[in-house]
Amino acid sequence: MEKFTDLNYIDIKLFNTVGKNTTQMEAISRPNLTYWKDAWRRIKQNKAAFIGLIIIVIYVFFAVFGPMMNNYDYTAVNSSKMNQFVSSDHWFGTDELGRDLWTRVWRGARVSLTIGFLSTILNTIIGGLVGGISGYYGGTLDLFLMRFIDILYGIPYLIVSILVMVVLGPGMSSLIIAMVIVGWIGTARFVRGEVLRIKEQDFVAAAKVLGVSDMEIIIKHIIPNIMGLIITNLTMAVPRAIFNEAFLSYIGLGISPPECSWGILAKSGIKMLRIYPYQLFIPSFFICTTMLALNLLGDGMRDALDPRLRGTE
Amino acid sequence: MFKYILKRLFISLLTILVLVTIVFILVRLMPGDPFSSDKLTPEIRLNLERYYGFDKPLIIQYITYIKNLLIGDFGYSMKYVNQSVNSIIADSFPYSFDLGMRGLSISISLGIVLGLIAALNRGKSLDYVSIIIAIIGTSVPDFIIGGLLQYFFGIKWGMFPVAQYKGLEYTVLPSIALGFYTLAMVSRLMRASMLEVVQQDYIKTAKSKGISKFRITYKHQIRNAIMPVVTVLGPTVASVLTGTFVIESIFAIPGMGKYYVQSVQNLDYTLILGMTVFYGAFLVIANMIVDILYGMIDPRIRIAGR
Repeated sequence: MEKFTDLNYIDIKLFNTVGKNTTQMEAISRPNLTYWKDAWRRIKQNKAAFIGLIIIVIYVFFAVFGPMMNNYDYTAVNSSKMNQFVSSDHWFGTDELGRDLWTRVWRGARVSLTIGFLSTILNTIIGGLVGGISGYYGGTLDLFLMRFIDILYGIPYLIVSILVMVVLGPGMSSLIIAMVIVGWIGTARFVRGEVLRIKEQDFVAAAKVLGVSDMEIIIKHIIPNIMGLIITNLTMAVPRAIFNEAFLSYIGLGISPPECSWGILAKSGIKMLRIYPYQLFIPSFFICTTMLALNLLGDGMRDALDPRLRGTE
Repeated sequence: MFKYILKRLFISLLTILVLVTIVFILVRLMPGDPFSSDKLTPEIRLNLERYYGFDKPLIIQYITYIKNLLIGDFGYSMKYVNQSVNSIIADSFPYSFDLGMRGLSISISLGIVLGLIAALNRGKSLDYVSIIIAIIGTSVPDFIIGGLLQYFFGIKWGMFPVAQYKGLEYTVLPSIALGFYTLAMVSRLMRASMLEVVQQDYIKTAKSKGISKFRITYKHQIRNAIMPVVTVLGPTVASVLTGTFVIESIFAIPGMGKYYVQSVQNLDYTLILGMTVFYGAFLVIANMIVDILYGMIDPRIRIAGR
């Protein structure tokens, strides 16, 4: 026993050399996480954002299949069943023309969500291209584009979309066009700022010195570096687009009846508020939870995709 | 600083000019014209068109409009007989302005206080209350808030009048409905920036110098944390004032929003143009003032601009 407690008595012959293991030395012990895998892991860990994601998936599912789940058509008027409360026959009740609200709510979801996502994606593509080109090439082009954007940026967003809506006439495609016409400006400004920041960094200079072409630098180095921010920005912009659709439909310039959207449903709900409040409460619930889900998801995306913001808030 | 102000002034003027031009073109592109809804004989129609100068080429009409605009004349409405656009604006703008200012002052002052309380009580129940208010505020559109307030406070409990705008108790519900979203945004921003400031080195320095907690909060934290809130004031003013459109229609307030929506539906060219230009110019100038004030508060911009 005494032999082992005193270090001087440890016999060297008890040990033998293992030597270098050249095959396992370079092995990576854990699975390699790409940026996106890492981001997905973070989103899953963030409970609020994950719940938001699930709500959106559920609503998209119902927007696609909800109107087919019962036998009513969203335009079918039934004068013997006006303003009925929620029942086993009409799951969300009926409106002042006897139309089934379940079908109308999900039909409206289809319109509102399509407008929200499509207009935001188009905004991002156009704004991203203009901002990216302007930021990367700089010079006179940048100067002119930025002065132009500075001027346009000051013009109130909703006023112009109201007028564009009047010119184009009501409907889903004109709503999307109206939102894109005014919406790309913000994205362009923001993307330009990011490109300016990235292109001054050393890894871009290194790529240039190595003789990489402009196109390749943009695709391989700049875009991947700002993609996270762009996607975060996109998630945050969708609820704003849905809100604007609701606003324009509310003042009578968005979707025209018999087509319906959440804005239209809220508008007719407010009309009937005094007598049949459920007609406002039901569509309001879906508008609010969608906005909430998208906001939570957006916050989660920002935390997951933007390493600079990790740890704050 | 002077150079900076000049530059902002120049950009703002250009913005207003571009706005006038865009709106002028858009209004003429609208299908139909202001007289198409009345049944008129061709002669009367021609006379009316001559009276309003529609028989002249578009570019001449545009130049005339700009000339009149420079002396502050918006012309006459085409639907409200014998009423000048100036008088309609003068009648309706005070309502919108009053409502907008109430909404804005409620939302900014309460928002800052709420964010402050939340940050100072981080992780406690007060913090969660403010987070919940912020979440509700950012996810419920203002027309829904307006409708719900009307239903509960107006109809069910009868605490406040449901519509119109004739005294202090009438202003309560519309102001809350208008300001709620901004309140939520401001409180969120204030909370985040307070929490960031607390970690800064100068706060540690102040603490190690033995300055009292109240003084640190008041002199060092709030002053620095409020900067990001000031930056968003410009867009905030714009969004609150555009919000009045919907709130006015829900609460039946005779402000500009009501006239604007009606003029768009009536294709009342001069009224649309006049209101858009007035409103747009108001927002552009408000934005400019905020920017300049921000430049004055923030020493980095003040010195860089010299």
